[in-house]
Amino acid sequence: MGMTIGEKILARASGKDVVKPGEIITAKVDLCMSNDGTTHLNIDIFENQLKAEKVYNPEKVVFIVDHNVPSESAKTAEVHKKMRIFAQKHQIPFYEGTGVCHQIMIEDFVVPGQLIIAADSHTCSYGGLGAFGTGVGCTDFTSVMNTGEIWLMVPETLKFIIEGKFKPGVYARDLILKIIGDIGANGANYKIMEFGGPAVKAFTIDDRVVLCNMAVEAGAKSGLVAPDETTIEYVTSKGRQDMHLFTSDEDAVYEKIYYYNLDELEPMIAIPHCVDDVVPIKEISEVKINQGFIGSCNNGRIEELRAAAKILQGNKIDPYVKLLISPASKAVYLQALSEGLIDIFVESGAMVLNPNCSVCWGSCQGVIGEGEVLLSTGTRNFKGRAGHPNSSIYLASAATVAASALTGKITDPRGAVQ
Amino acid sequence: MIKGKVWKFGNDVDTDQIIPSQYLLLPTVEEMKQYTFEPLDKDFASTICTGDVIVGGENFGSGSSREQAPLVLKALGVSAVVAKSFARIFFRNAINIGLPVIICKEVYDDVQNQDTLEIDVQRGSIRSVKSGETFTSTTLPAHVMNILEAGGLIGFLNQK
Repeated sequence: MGMTIGEKILARASGKDVVKPGEIITAKVDLCMSNDGTTHLNIDIFENQLKAEKVYNPEKVVFIVDHNVPSESAKTAEVHKKMRIFAQKHQIPFYEGTGVCHQIMIEDFVVPGQLIIAADSHTCSYGGLGAFGTGVGCTDFTSVMNTGEIWLMVPETLKFIIEGKFKPGVYARDLILKIIGDIGANGANYKIMEFGGPAVKAFTIDDRVVLCNMAVEAGAKSGLVAPDETTIEYVTSKGRQDMHLFTSDEDAVYEKIYYYNLDELEPMIAIPHCVDDVVPIKEISEVKINQGFIGSCNNGRIEELRAAAKILQGNKIDPYVKLLISPASKAVYLQALSEGLIDIFVESGAMVLNPNCSVCWGSCQGVIGEGEVLLSTGTRNFKGRAGHPNSSIYLASAATVAASALTGKITDPRGAVQ
Repeated sequence: MIKGKVWKFGNDVDTDQIIPSQYLLLPTVEEMKQYTFEPLDKDFASTICTGDVIVGGENFGSGSSREQAPLVLKALGVSAVVAKSFARIFFRNAINIGLPVIICKEVYDDVQNQDTLEIDVQRGSIRSVKSGETFTSTTLPAHVMNILEAGGLIGFLNQK
């Protein structure tokens, strides 16, 4: 009986030939990463509870300050200081203010076939490069940072076969919202979401990361796309050569297979306050917005910025709407600068922020007040996540946010791109 | 055996509701715990008693990997969380800090706020004192039970 990509990665990491769903394994971790959302607690556990002295391998641990950047309070500054001192002491690679942790990991570290554990739920993003990434909490992370190992239960795999081609104004973001809306916020709980089919083969790395990043919003342990020429080209362009190119066997066993055709897909939107409350944009009545946000680990990459810029170019955003844009990393920011996208954003009236988690995380920049409405490319629309408990968040693609910022209300971007 | 008063919540209780992001960078869990469930119930932290039990619907603890979510519950004295289903990372984090998390679909409709539940985690049974009904819950795999019984992953590792 064959294995899926995810099973093959877990088998390799645990030194086994075969693993099966439900089996508990002890796996060696290729990389672990932690950000400023929890690292102060990780360090406390490491030093005071584990009473550990060394990280298992400083080359396999990464600290990234991306959640509250720059620090908005003295208390946050203390958290960052604590991270910096620990990283320096243990010679751990340390990033501060250079972008969202997952984008930095993809740009600088991830290769296909790795098992990566990080103290952030969107670690599943690395499946876009064919790596098994999964999010954990402080205690698990700290244990991994100390031993290089973790126990895992091998999950079942759901397969999503995608065919067809995106129509203008429709993006990977719309596809993953549609899927989560269909299967529900716990529709993939504890499972792997494997995305394949002819359409995915033609997807860019950015598109693949968008799909895998949101897998956790359906409860998944990981999202995965089989590595191929596109993946190899991307990874080697970053100077990384060693990789394990696993693909699923033809007789691999899936718990369920879903089929989607992009020819039938239209711009989608998640309405407050659940990520799985998803409808086609044309089905919602007029919703005025107070703020738009383009960025986050899901949608702050260059392709999304290009899509937004195309719509904003030569236009002004609604005078009573704020539009905040945060490129996902320094590299994305520099690319956007060189392509003139930042000029377009600023001229349209948008505020361009430094690369960081920003509005999506709701604790740093761009929080909203009581009764206000945010339209965001962020990952979650939970009640109160963007500020006041009685505010609303809608989730959509960068193009939808851009088109809506111009009109001041939620707007189907197809009219703006054709 | 756990015995505690019920605090009942609905489906998809997410980690931002359990502990909003603006409090996560406070230096200690003790400082965070007063904000537990702030978006849903501002008085929760000041009125919950040690030993009380949280009862949730489907997908309890969805969202962020923030371990602060089960940590603040434990710090407030919550003795167990019983839900129809849990989000994966929350479930694992709770086990790792020694907070019992119990999957039971049937008990949800039977209990109301302030009812009392008696829970036997090892045997997988839950009894409602008010209705007298006993419900069967999912038991944990031996490896996971060992971690919970050690008071969490750190205790488990230190035992080794």
